[in-house]
Amino acid sequence: MNPLDQTVDKMTSSSNGKHLADTPVPEILITPTRGWASLKLNEIWEYRELLYFFVWRDIKVRYKQTVLGASWAVIQPFFTMIVFSLFFGKLAGIPSDGIPYPIFSYAALVPWTFFASGLAQSSNSLVSNANLIKKIYFPRLTIPIAKVLSGAVDFFLAFIVLLIMLVVTGITPTINVIWLPFLILLAFITSLGTGLWLTAMNVQFRDIRYTIPFLTQFWMFISPIAYPSSMLDEPWRTVYSLNPMAGVVEGFRWALLGTNTAPGKMIFISATVSVLLLISGAFYFRRLEKTFADVV
Amino acid sequence: MSKVVIDAQGLGKRYFIGSQQRKAKYKTFGETLQNTLMSPFRKMGQLLKGHASGAAGMNQEIWSLKDITFQVKQGEVVGILGRNGAGKSTLLKVLSRITEPTTGSARIIGRVGSLLEVGTGFHPELTGRENVYLNGSILGMKRSEIKDKFDEIVNFSELEKFIDTPIKYYSSGMYIRLAFAVAAHLEPEILIVDEVLAVGDVSFQNKCLGKMQGVANEGRTVLFVSHNMGAIESLCQRGIFLEEGQITFQGSIQDTISKYISRNLAITGGFADLSERIEERKGPQEHSFIQSVRLMDETHTSTDMLRMGAPAIFRLEIDFKKPDEFLEIGVGISNLQRVWLHYFISKWEGFQIITEKGRQIIEIEIPAIQLYPGEYLVDVWVKHTRKRSYDDIVHEVLQFSVMEAQIAQGEANFKYYSQNTEVYSPSHWSLKGK
Repeated sequence: MNPLDQTVDKMTSSSNGKHLADTPVPEILITPTRGWASLKLNEIWEYRELLYFFVWRDIKVRYKQTVLGASWAVIQPFFTMIVFSLFFGKLAGIPSDGIPYPIFSYAALVPWTFFASGLAQSSNSLVSNANLIKKIYFPRLTIPIAKVLSGAVDFFLAFIVLLIMLVVTGITPTINVIWLPFLILLAFITSLGTGLWLTAMNVQFRDIRYTIPFLTQFWMFISPIAYPSSMLDEPWRTVYSLNPMAGVVEGFRWALLGTNTAPGKMIFISATVSVLLLISGAFYFRRLEKTFADVV
Repeated sequence: MSKVVIDAQGLGKRYFIGSQQRKAKYKTFGETLQNTLMSPFRKMGQLLKGHASGAAGMNQEIWSLKDITFQVKQGEVVGILGRNGAGKSTLLKVLSRITEPTTGSARIIGRVGSLLEVGTGFHPELTGRENVYLNGSILGMKRSEIKDKFDEIVNFSELEKFIDTPIKYYSSGMYIRLAFAVAAHLEPEILIVDEVLAVGDVSFQNKCLGKMQGVANEGRTVLFVSHNMGAIESLCQRGIFLEEGQITFQGSIQDTISKYISRNLAITGGFADLSERIEERKGPQEHSFIQSVRLMDETHTSTDMLRMGAPAIFRLEIDFKKPDEFLEIGVGISNLQRVWLHYFISKWEGFQIITEKGRQIIEIEIPAIQLYPGEYLVDVWVKHTRKRSYDDIVHEVLQFSVMEAQIAQGEANFKYYSQNTEVYSPSHWSLKGK
């Protein structure tokens, strides 16, 4: 067989053959949807490779053209911790459940930064991907999901620093660390749920973009980042845990630092609220989705 | 071969656009004040209920597609023709599920790949290699599929050396080559292509057309929008002609093209009133609004036929809303394949627009039309050179034909050569001895 025949052979086999044959022919029905649309989670599963590429893209470009690169993921919570320790810990003398204040606040800032940056990124995600939305079809939900997921890398970098701090100060995590993945998932759900609401609204009104910094700051103060939730008495502690991040943050401290404020009830309430946020956010997003390409 | 793969039944698409009329309802100061104060809350309420367009106060409707019914069989290559604003792109967007129809339905059997733009999702910070994967995945290719075809894609783009360079360092030509290379290797059963062949250099365009031809010959179904009549005629078997969002003709591609051209001629006739042509224009029209365009011969008579080498006059009627010294008027002439032949630009000739508000009539005199016999199209625009954007631009305002005339010194057979060339320039020949 001469080389030319081989190329031709290769080309025809790759173009006619397996990729088309191995998937059944799909049938698409295009009709107007009225009112609330289904979530089409199976479609997101079908597009999981695209989701992967979106996450990969967001991670790759996140710290491009910066000097410090991925160290930003650590610098942000770390310096906030220093400022908090000085002003809230030293000057204001805020209690820290018997834990050294720097560790107390850093253990909260790690999940908080994951949540807050996920929220900021996902809220702006549709607008920043407007050119994609206008030119190609794919399940739009993948965009904000990818944005929150891509923050996981930053989270793990900051988390490693937290582990180092634990080793240095000689604090041994309790057996409750097995709950950490669940708490991280909870932070993810809260971030995504809120992000879905906001990004869908942001498509129509860019006011949302300006409310995000304000919202995150406000949310930070109503979460037990700089202070312990043990400062609150019942029934206010229960009301307080309606904020899903309260459960996440207190859960982190309980699992890693062994604070004796076993937050079972708190986490249960927080988890419920955050799941509701996600479900309502997803449906709201899907409802507005049909207008995205026209107005973004 | 005769299975129907696209079956569109009564597709319609309504857009809401902003309207100022609603504000006029509030007459007194108190009502206006109350409305101003309350409207953010009312808008927010509507948005929370999921009425996005209502919330934005967009209540004037425009039907950009109306009752579109057609069928495409497996393996057919169908060209969609129509003027700018006729709804071609909207139709492709509906069929590629980017936007939903307002009425009707479409049933599509098979994997759809749509190319409404090349390089969708390219990220400037990523390398060529990374963008091939990202873009391929966005276009609907599987990762394994991209991996298999990667070398083929890179070969096609002729960018082997730069494949690991971030594409922000690419020239625009390289960028388009890479984008096309990925797009050309997309192998869905149904391919939807919008006007993407209009970019890139000619040899690469031909390479892409060749690839498209290959796709068509493989028995895939293709829906194709282009202003390149040559490409449409050689690729497509069947045509659909859209006018104002409706199908006014369906048939063989030759019939559809002649329908399209004759409709265009009927519209023009040497004069085009543009005041009603709102949808086809682009640009914010902040500074100006082109009212009409007239093409005249040397006796100032409207015409859509010019003789070779004869003078031609364009008369533009423009409303200047906010004139300033950065405005520049342009008239462009292209052939029917939309290859540009002449640009006449006010600034180049030292013409400064009178900085006065109101309607102005401007005449552009071309001493001799240096075009071969054939059909040509005219575009007009007002550009803001400081903002580097078109303030108002209307495409294909006029169509005119050039007739053969004995303008050369010798005996010239212009008509014969007019298939191959477009611009005629006189030349002087002399023998200078050895």
